[in-house]
Amino acid sequence: MADAAITVEEARKTYGGSGAKNGRPALDGLDLTVARGTVHAVLGPNGAGKTTLVRILATLLRPDAGRIEVAGHDVVREAYAVRLRIGLLGQHAALDEELGGRQNLELFGRLHHLGARRARARADELLERFELSATGRKPVKQYSGGMRRRLDLAASLITEPEVLFLDEPTTGLDPRGRAEVWGSVRSLVGGGTTVLLTTQYLEEADQLADRISVVDAGRVIADGTADELKAATGGDRIDVVLRDAGHLGAAVALLPVPQDVVTVDTDRRLLSAPVTDRMATLAGVVRALEDAGIEAEDIALRRPTLDEVFLHLTGPDDRVKEAA
Amino acid sequence: MTTYALTDSWTMTRRELARWGRQPVTVVVNLVFPVMLLLMFGYLVGGGRGVSGEYLDFLVPGMLALTMAFGLEGTMVAVTQDLTKGVIDRFRSMPMANGAVLVGRSAADMLQSALGLAVLLAVAAALGWRVNGGPAGFLGAVGLLLLFRFAMLWIGIHLALVAGKPELVQAVQILVWPVGFLSNAFAAPGSMPDWLGTVVQWNPLSQTATAVRDLFGSPGGEPGHVWAAVVWPLALLAVFFPLAVRRFARLSR
Ligand SMILES: Nc1ncnc2c1ncn2[C@@H]1O[C@H](COP(=O)(O)OP(=O)(O)O)[C@@H](O)[C@H]1O
Ligand SMILES: [Mg+2]
Repeated sequence: MADAAITVEEARKTYGGSGAKNGRPALDGLDLTVARGTVHAVLGPNGAGKTTLVRILATLLRPDAGRIEVAGHDVVREAYAVRLRIGLLGQHAALDEELGGRQNLELFGRLHHLGARRARARADELLERFELSATGRKPVKQYSGGMRRRLDLAASLITEPEVLFLDEPTTGLDPRGRAEVWGSVRSLVGGGTTVLLTTQYLEEADQLADRISVVDAGRVIADGTADELKAATGGDRIDVVLRDAGHLGAAVALLPVPQDVVTVDTDRRLLSAPVTDRMATLAGVVRALEDAGIEAEDIALRRPTLDEVFLHLTGPDDRVKEAA
Repeated sequence: MTTYALTDSWTMTRRELARWGRQPVTVVVNLVFPVMLLLMFGYLVGGGRGVSGEYLDFLVPGMLALTMAFGLEGTMVAVTQDLTKGVIDRFRSMPMANGAVLVGRSAADMLQSALGLAVLLAVAAALGWRVNGGPAGFLGAVGLLLLFRFAMLWIGIHLALVAGKPELVQAVQILVWPVGFLSNAFAAPGSMPDWLGTVVQWNPLSQTATAVRDLFGSPGGEPGHVWAAVVWPLALLAVFFPLAVRRFARLSR
């Protein structure tokens, strides 16, 4: 794609070298294309290879194989050109803990060769923007988690990068911190920056991203917009909330689907099942419940949540086996 | 990008200086610690076995060399901290000169060690210690000490890059003591059992201490020992400098 900000073809990486014995590949032929000016979410569980991918894209790690370009430059052969054009917010803060917030930003500004005056001005600007001006002098080790994250984000924006990588930007933040980061990401995209963010939160991908790649065991197992992913995996669902939890068992038998695809939530007195023919199913379920004398509080058709999509894609059975 | 090598190295050095400004207590403790050792061994422990002449004159060069050796620890702690705090990742993802991270580290550590030497020499002078050699000998001795420190620096960088964990730093912090004591910093090897004396004489720390004693005109100096105090650190550098540089480049593996 000519206007791709990020191109990853068949990326492979095994830690300890590609010939490493019994080394499970962290990236196992991963493909990814991110269009300029969009937000792309890489969604996957712990250990899926998200950080490995980000570190390769940010020139911190060499891939074993694959063609990988960021902002039109090869991450291995043209690492310097890539570094000129990217910003990185790693999974863990990458700051000098002893120095103050302003000192950190000035340091990074100088290392971006802004020159002393511009580095200072830029530091002030960013502190202001991320509401850190008041604490700019305090050493970073005294910062709260949210402040640290904001400063880290500010540090990755010193030169207004073309492409910004955010590795699990909101993991470990409270809801307020999360909302702040989301706000920052949205405002960045208005400015034309391409953002690749990784997350374990389906809601986050849904909220922020134009497109989502679902990654598991070092590969992309699904790719598309949130709506496309939902449509691709099982279509719509019907939710039935009963007045009396005692009727859940009987109601399951009334649904026009195999019993093993119905999920039952006893606390919420809720049944949920995939449907193919929306209206016929709805009408049929309403009638069957009425005939059986089971009172329903609510019946609704809806799109599947990303959680359901994710479980469907990664296969809950495999996951259980691996964990055991 | 090489055009920025100097600027970036200077920026990284200044970063260290800024860190000193943030931790004045640590800096002072680091400077005072060797002084404390000097006072302890000079006046409390009552060492000086096998030393002819003033013990202080013998001890001061030993303490200077020991301080340089212990600098390894400081280097290791700093590099490990950068690694574990992830800030090295940010440096490596930026369009800065590749070597500046290590050059900045070296420059700052050398500066700190030079300062440490100055403080120790000043305290020793106040205690009545005197150089018997000329100014050229004095400068030569300082040069040998800094060369030794430079070798320790690159060993420290290498070890930190290999281990990358605070646990190993602790191990090294403990291990530098026996290495420090298995030297002629406090006592003449002639006073030790043969095998121990041999180990002690081969210790690079002893080579530097002996040469410095020679150049200062202190007891325990051996004429013609300067070459060993040049060759040993250079040999260590020849091994550990490329290893450390390679390790640094291999952070991307
Ligand atoms: N430095 C490393 N050395 C060895 N294995 C690693 C290293 N980093 C990650 N891994 C392994 O690579 C796989 C992918 O890890 P990672 O990219 O961190 O996943 P994620 O960020 O999605 O949680 C995991 O199996 C992990 O154990
Ligand atoms: Mg990760």
